[in-house]
Amino acid sequence: MSMTATTRKVEAVSIVDLSGRITIGEGTVVLKEAVRNLLGKHEMNILLNLGDVSYIDSSGIGELVSSFTTVGKQGGKLKLLSLTKKVHDLLSITKLLTVFEVFDDEVKAIRSFV
Amino acid sequence: MNSEDSVIELKIQSSLEYTDVVESLTNNLTVLAGCDPDQAYFIEMAVREIVVNAIRHGNQMDFDKTVQVHYRFNSERFAVEVLDQGNGFDFDHLPDPCNPENLMKSSGRGIFLVRSFMDDFSLNYIPHQGTEVKFAKKLSRS
Repeated sequence: MSMTATTRKVEAVSIVDLSGRITIGEGTVVLKEAVRNLLGKHEMNILLNLGDVSYIDSSGIGELVSSFTTVGKQGGKLKLLSLTKKVHDLLSITKLLTVFEVFDDEVKAIRSFV
Repeated sequence: MNSEDSVIELKIQSSLEYTDVVESLTNNLTVLAGCDPDQAYFIEMAVREIVVNAIRHGNQMDFDKTVQVHYRFNSERFAVEVLDQGNGFDFDHLPDPCNPENLMKSSGRGIFLVRSFMDDFSLNYIPHQGTEVKFAKKLSRS
């Protein structure tokens, strides 16, 4: 199953709706490209919507961390929206919930960037 | 499924494209073993992580080197062995990805996740053969 990333702008936040599997290869490349494209347009407030991400492997987790670091180094913020239970559990066990700001509600997530 | 162990073996060349084949087979076997959805998810994740490691880090993406995946399961236990043809690595000193100094690293979580979600896990380097990773999940019935 392939991964897709669709970007939309709400107020000052770029929301990337991800769908599919973030796994080594295509999935991680799609995520990396989506974030890189936004940074190229100087979009520094990025919200990754993982609500339709059915599966993420360790490489996908690594790409989330890389994206977070890359955006932060350029003065931006990257946050996560709508984790499935499985993805939430993976980020919890790897202690990455202490790193990422995570939201269940899109409106609250958007407001948090202000 | 009868009470005898079922045994299946698969051998692939070192291409990440084949991980989907392995995943597909693993999915079919977890159904055959009667795994519940959570058990199946974690077993599939574990097999995928270890096979990707075997291809990338064990066999160094050398297409001509193979990865063997050996499944043995019954109604109580699902066990997997993965053997690569690499030169091994220092698995006694794998960094803990949850340590603050490693938290922001982009790799090094695969084996940690498999250890976390499986009931048994072992790594062994067999001279002149490669690294053998064994792991298993108990299939307790609720």
